Amino acid sequence: MTTMLKLENVGKSFTLHVQGGVELPVFESLDLTVEAGECVALAGPSGIGKSTLIRMIHANYTCPQGRILVHHDGAWVDMASAHPHRVLDVRRRTMGYVSQFLRVVPRVPTIDVVAEPLRAVGMDADQALVEAGNMLTRLNVPERLWSLSPVTFSGGEQQRVNIARGFVHPYPILLLDEPTASLDAANKRIVLSLILEARERGSAVIGIFHDREARETVATRVLDTAELGQRAA
Amino acid sequence: MLGSEQPILSVDNVSHDYGRQRGCAGVSFDLYPGEVMGVVGESGSGKTTLLNVLAGHLTPSTGSVRYRGRSGGEVDIHRMGEPERRLLMRTDWAFVHQNPRDGLRMNVSAGANVGERLMAIGRRHYGNIRGQAVEWLERVEVEHGRIDDLPVTFSGGMQQRLQIARNLVTGPRLVFMDEPTGGLDVSVQARLLDLIRGLVTDLGLSAVIVTHDLAVVRLLAHRLMVMKDGYVVENGLTDQVLDDPQHPYSQLLVSSILQT
Amino acid sequence: MSPQSESGSAFDSAYNFAFLDEQTKRMIRRAILKAVAIPGYQVPFASREMPMPYGWGTGGIQVTASIIGPDDVLKVIDQGSDDTTNAISIRKFFVRTTGVETTESTADASLIQTRHRIPEKDLRADQILVFQVPIPEPLRFLEPRETETRRMHALEDYGLMHVKLYEDIAHHGHIATTYAYPVKVAGRYVMDPSPTPKFDNPKMDRMAALQLFGAGREKRIYAVPPHTEVKSLDFDDYPFELPEWQDVCAFCGAEDTFLDEVILDDRGKRMFVCSDTDHCSERRAAGHAGPALFDGEAAD
Repeated sequence: MTTMLKLENVGKSFTLHVQGGVELPVFESLDLTVEAGECVALAGPSGIGKSTLIRMIHANYTCPQGRILVHHDGAWVDMASAHPHRVLDVRRRTMGYVSQFLRVVPRVPTIDVVAEPLRAVGMDADQALVEAGNMLTRLNVPERLWSLSPVTFSGGEQQRVNIARGFVHPYPILLLDEPTASLDAANKRIVLSLILEARERGSAVIGIFHDREARETVATRVLDTAELGQRAA
Repeated sequence: MLGSEQPILSVDNVSHDYGRQRGCAGVSFDLYPGEVMGVVGESGSGKTTLLNVLAGHLTPSTGSVRYRGRSGGEVDIHRMGEPERRLLMRTDWAFVHQNPRDGLRMNVSAGANVGERLMAIGRRHYGNIRGQAVEWLERVEVEHGRIDDLPVTFSGGMQQRLQIARNLVTGPRLVFMDEPTGGLDVSVQARLLDLIRGLVTDLGLSAVIVTHDLAVVRLLAHRLMVMKDGYVVENGLTDQVLDDPQHPYSQLLVSSILQT
Repeated sequence: MSPQSESGSAFDSAYNFAFLDEQTKRMIRRAILKAVAIPGYQVPFASREMPMPYGWGTGGIQVTASIIGPDDVLKVIDQGSDDTTNAISIRKFFVRTTGVETTESTADASLIQTRHRIPEKDLRADQILVFQVPIPEPLRFLEPRETETRRMHALEDYGLMHVKLYEDIAHHGHIATTYAYPVKVAGRYVMDPSPTPKFDNPKMDRMAALQLFGAGREKRIYAVPPHTEVKSLDFDDYPFELPEWQDVCAFCGAEDTFLDEVILDDRGKRMFVCSDTDHCSERRAAGHAGPALFDGEAAD
């Protein structure tokens, strides 16, 4: 088995300078290894730092302590200390991230939002649009909406666009922050099958799934983050 | 384009003083092809001074700015000859001013504004120059029927789009922008930002964008530098700096945004 | 016509020869030498107050005064004509301050001062043509900053010049500039032949005579040495073209000269005549005749 992700002695706390320098510890000395084909579910009550950890792996949050090593281009990249240029390359080719909220530029059509990750790795425009269309079709986003900006879509539609964008390129590592949160049963099943397919082709998945059924369907392992939080407190 | 290893612009310990007044101090960074660097900070933080040093308009008191050309060779832009620098400025580089009046010739038509850089690099076929002007006006969403009108008859947003067309017509690789959306209505800003974003992506441009508007860098910039009193106080991925700012000043800046 | 002395008025010895003091003449000659050495480059010089207002040719007069010698034969033309107020005044000025011989004949002159026109007859290597220039800077109307235009000349940054021609075509369908039409001299400096009509631009190209340009108010001297290439700027698909007239000269019937329109009455009656009066008289003396002479009307 190939190790895709290694967290070594990772710790995090927030210092709020605007509020008199209050320090909020989240966790410390966290170790985690994720192999290709694994799906690790982060469990524990909300506010415990699950999203924080996902964001740290994505380098959206800084990592002040420890190392977050990502298997990228046959070598290890430490997301905690890598040059932004390198981090962007990891995000482009190796690590996908599906958040709970879609953040898009006004006026950009849905089909282009979904095709963008493919364009970023160098796929030609026509093929990228075909693949984006296939993914949207699979997620039941009707074709009449493709030319519109997702800004005006319902919460569920936006979330499906978000998932399509996250799964359109076969990232070796996938970070999922409640990907099924606002979906109906039918669409939830589609998303879960996408996750299973990703695992089968060897992606390492780390996710937050509040939904028990979802967690039991896709996760190979559950990590209880409550313990981590207690360690820091 | 993206992900290539050699920087297009290497900034090493750049400072600029106005006599005893500090402009910017000790700024270093590498910009890679296809990357957009945002520079934020309040008025007087030195961000515009930095931009002018990077673009060769000001000479740094210390440090160097090196540019890697199409052939792969590096040049120190403050040590090269003025003719070479000017050639670079009208071929490989572009500078978009905050006030379009500073970047446009207000007394000649929109078409001539777009065509000037082409003529400056020796194009001598009127029909082709005009054809390219039409193409670029459409690209920046200015109706091509306005090609022979003076920019004074344009709205602020149109003038800014015209300035962008005028700059991009020669296919530059590196674009400097000074508050490109400053002074425009919010609705016009959104359209312009979207346009700039599209052009930057489609053309694979590298860019340095100075602004005090965090929404602008969130949308356009891959990386972000926060400046205060001439110094870079924080520097990193745009979303990292905005979502998890470390420096007290960055936190203040981010927490000062009105939520809508 | 033969050389003639203007009404016998002699050199007024109260003046230094050619009005200017010798130091000033040397200073201007140095500027002229520099201008000849750098064809088309505008050399600054310390322009003097002259006993006439700016706009009357003070630049050309200072150049002429600095190079004229007692043996020269001077011709002065304004709009091609030897007998306009400006031409007569300048000619009288030099007769009084130098006593040189003057002429209306292009062939007989060794020194020709002109405003607007270049004589139709080819000039020779032993002649010098001095132009009176109002605005020497071709980039002025597009870039008002003198510091910037000088830098643009230095760096051969001439895209702006074509912007002007572009605007002409965009607005008029052709290059509508008919005078002060910009030229490139010896493949380097862009020069304004102001206010010479573009009809005369081809005459400047590889002319055998030395061409000197003086701008008094703007304090600039520039030059085109003999046999120097002077190329009118244009576009590949809109090449430089000479203006054409439907008419011929009413007096001499010439079809290839620069014609002036003369209004004859207030009912729209008009005729076209050669602007170069000397050329026209020579042709008539040689037996050529235009339509006005056939009608017996408007003949002199």
